[in-house]
Amino acid sequence: MEKFTTLTAVAAPMDRPNIDTDQLLPARFLRRPRDEGFGDVLFIDQRQNDDGTPNPDFVLNQDAYKDARIIVADRNFGGGSSREGAPWALLDYGIRCVVASSFGDIFYNNSLKNGLLPVRLSDDDVKAIRQQLHDKPGATLTVDLDAQTLTAPDGGIHSFDIEPFRKQSLLKGLDDVGMTLEREEDIAAFENGYRERRPWLFADA
Amino acid sequence: MSDKTLFEKIWSDHEVLTTEDGFTLLYIGRHLAHDGSGHAFGFLEKRGLKVRRPELTFATPDHGVPTTSHKVDDITDPVQKRAVTTLTRNAAKHNVTLFDLGDPRQGIVHVVGPEQGITLPGQTMVCGDSHTSTHGALGALAFGIGASDVFHVLATQTTWQRKPNKMRITVDGERPFGVTAKDIILAIIAHIGANGAARHVVEYAGAAIRALSIEERLTVCNMSIEAGARAGMIAPDDTTFAYVEGRPYAPKGKHWEMALDHWRTLPTEADATFDRDVTLDASTFAPMVTWGTSPEDALPVTGTVPDPANESDPERRRAMQETLDYIGLAPGTKLEDVPVDQVFIGSCTNSRIEDLRAAAEIAKLGKAKVPAMISPGSTAVKLQAEEEGLDEVFRKAGFDWRQSGCSMCVGMNGDLVASGKRCASTSNRNFPGRQGKGARTHLMSPAMAAAAALTGHFTDVRELARKG
Repeated sequence: MEKFTTLTAVAAPMDRPNIDTDQLLPARFLRRPRDEGFGDVLFIDQRQNDDGTPNPDFVLNQDAYKDARIIVADRNFGGGSSREGAPWALLDYGIRCVVASSFGDIFYNNSLKNGLLPVRLSDDDVKAIRQQLHDKPGATLTVDLDAQTLTAPDGGIHSFDIEPFRKQSLLKGLDDVGMTLEREEDIAAFENGYRERRPWLFADA
Repeated sequence: MSDKTLFEKIWSDHEVLTTEDGFTLLYIGRHLAHDGSGHAFGFLEKRGLKVRRPELTFATPDHGVPTTSHKVDDITDPVQKRAVTTLTRNAAKHNVTLFDLGDPRQGIVHVVGPEQGITLPGQTMVCGDSHTSTHGALGALAFGIGASDVFHVLATQTTWQRKPNKMRITVDGERPFGVTAKDIILAIIAHIGANGAARHVVEYAGAAIRALSIEERLTVCNMSIEAGARAGMIAPDDTTFAYVEGRPYAPKGKHWEMALDHWRTLPTEADATFDRDVTLDASTFAPMVTWGTSPEDALPVTGTVPDPANESDPERRRAMQETLDYIGLAPGTKLEDVPVDQVFIGSCTNSRIEDLRAAAEIAKLGKAKVPAMISPGSTAVKLQAEEEGLDEVFRKAGFDWRQSGCSMCVGMNGDLVASGKRCASTSNRNFPGRQGKGARTHLMSPAMAAAAALTGHFTDVRELARKG
């Protein structure tokens, strides 16, 4: 996975709550192989009109946000399905960070495993930052993962929480499986005890 | 500190290790795979790894399977056909138990798990699908994960998780006539919001929950994810044990006795505390329908479409107006006056035999005025329904009796709602584009959906049933 350290980039405001994973990536694209990329179909049903032309009202289609690498949303961003194609589509499009007041839990975990940083701030803070972005379209935010801070266009500094375990993985670009395989002895020891305690789970039908 | 809640007891029992900063490597008792698991198996092969515990993974194709035929050769979409045949190949290659197309045990993975006795109380369970929360109805800790995590589980039989917070939703009282499990969960989501349970595992408790059958509990836990919950669960009791006993993969003989002894220790203790407690009264509930594009947009069928003008926050007002523009409803419209173009009865939320019986009771009262499709949750449910003659009831009423699969809930198999069309659906998500680009989805119970089919508009099933 790609490392995440610091990022200064244009941020696009998305005011609607409940931007679900079906909106991020409609189900008809889920079976596409990972290496074909999903950037072209991010938000596709909102980005495009029915005739395939770009929808000028959609925020990412507007000139000021052409280079957006950050989205500032409202509550419950990425709620819904477990499709990892949702963070893949954001990443492949060029988004590295989403700021919201709450996230779908599965989307949140999937993002962290792929180098997309979800930043949780209060309802008031995300609203205030979106207002600054509306006031100054194309304004940038700075996100510093190590310091766990986000600097808004007005210079205000907002601290955010992230699991130390996930933070280290992101800073170093590590994936879980490699780390877990190093714990093989722990897993095997646990498994022996578990099998003894709960033998019915391993019994043949 | 000893564990007091159902959730904590299961969590501790599966904790391989916890790091200094509080991250837990959690052992997984059961993993379910489906035709969407191709990414994860692909990652496994790319890394040259094998499935660590193939006997703990069970697979069945559901998302992309046609409901008109269960023959692989009849899958017309090459992408979905490849997903289904890839599952067959991966299961064989990695020695994973598969209920393939044509197998009477095939079905929607969340219907098949409980049905086959694969889902058991007290175990951890994951699947690359958000509706894995369904299985918590039997007292399991079950949650959905993404493809990278499925790969991790295949390779290590574990997953890294931060221990979620604990939330209890107590539903007291007795539910009135005409109120189903679907109405209970829609009322809960309307009350706490689509992210109301984010970062929490929810335990449903109270008299109205205890009184539910297992199939009804499955419906409630299924939509926990629609309230943003990490998982939903209900303490196992005699209803649970009676349901599990004798199912094909349930423990037998000495193991059954051992399992039962353990399962009886699982329920949350009286002095347990939760990070959040919410209490609702079932006696105030009514049959529900959604009016918007989030499951939290749910109201009693006797209600009216809300007016954005009453929303004081300008941003919220705009968001609500966008919702109404998408769904094509004017503020103040009586929900019972909203016409429907079609009806879908199925999905992991509401496709079990009790759901079909409830829909058939209504279907008996008339003829469908709009196209209505029924997709049983599994081939076993379909066969059971046919044995009971429900298929005949539905056919007589003009409903389209199909085969099992995820079908029109997610629209991947070609069962779609056309743009601008309005569907009364027993599924779980009314998101924009969920049932097809531009589709307008309204969530409701099987009886309510059947009633809408007969009248051509949202209908208070209590009135219809009384008249019937």
